[in-house]
Amino acid sequence: MRSPKRTDRASDTARLLPAVASMALALVVVGASLGAIAVSSGAPLWLVTVMAALVFAGGSEFLVVGLATAGAAPLTVLLGGWLLNARHLPYGLAMGDVLDGGLGRRLLGSHLLVDEAVAFALAESEPRRRRRAYWVAGTTLYAVWAPSVLLGGLLGRGLGDPQLFGLDAALPAGLLTLVLPAVRDRPTARAVLLGCLLAVLTVPLLDEGLAVLVALLGTAAALLPVPGARRGAYVSEGEAV
Amino acid sequence: MTLGLVLALAAGTYAMRAAGPLLRGRLRVSERGRWLLSVAAVTLLAAFVAVSACYESGSFAGWPRVIGVLVGGVLAWRRAPFVVVVLVAAGVTAGLRAL
Repeated sequence: MRSPKRTDRASDTARLLPAVASMALALVVVGASLGAIAVSSGAPLWLVTVMAALVFAGGSEFLVVGLATAGAAPLTVLLGGWLLNARHLPYGLAMGDVLDGGLGRRLLGSHLLVDEAVAFALAESEPRRRRRAYWVAGTTLYAVWAPSVLLGGLLGRGLGDPQLFGLDAALPAGLLTLVLPAVRDRPTARAVLLGCLLAVLTVPLLDEGLAVLVALLGTAAALLPVPGARRGAYVSEGEAV
Repeated sequence: MTLGLVLALAAGTYAMRAAGPLLRGRLRVSERGRWLLSVAAVTLLAAFVAVSACYESGSFAGWPRVIGVLVGGVLAWRRAPFVVVVLVAAGVTAGLRAL
């Protein structure tokens, strides 16, 4: 896949298209089920559609629909949603190189910062391709999200279960496909393993959003010298793939 | 569910999204710092995958989903195309549920 420098923007986009399209398709079904669930639990469809366009973070939107329509206090719902979305802060710091350029680009690009766009960017090792992957994935996914929520709400209850067709496994599996090539060196692998372990073990004790943030502690494992590992084995910006 | 709640959630989420890119425009980050930020993002993303593979609103999501994602992960590791990974993961999960 390491073609010479002559690749232009168009061929970069064409290369990304099948993966981005299948991710988008999975999001369409998830969005549609969010719309259907919202309508069937009595939330106004226009408001859920506005939320999809303005918040653009699926997990927190399901949380709002679920909690708010069950009569939870607005402050509880809000804190839960913020906490679930707090991972975007470290994402944003890591995407600083991708979102360079003018203030306008940074402000616009920030709104496209979702797990999937970050994953597409991190799966690339070269800066230009990284940027391209982020923008192609981000704009595509943004373009389909709110319309599919609206469509799902209009079509109604029949779509209400994202577990139908095993779609709840499709999104994590898709993200995993993108995460694996980003694990380029041993320190990263150690950080990822420790982080996942910490997050999965702490979910029963903490809020789900907080448990994901606990994984950041795993990053420390990338810095530790490991007994038995040869000294100087540290690879910065490993391009060893 | 009110417009006020939606706007507050949107504003907070956008602030957390934009903070990084805006800060990075002002700060000089060393090569090692950049590498570490990227390790942190990969770790966070992987943890998000692990948590969403195992849990559904705070409780265990059930083996069909976990096994589906794991099978997808093995395929991804063997460099299967993205579309294949996603379809097989969904298919395995749906199949196990139908049993």
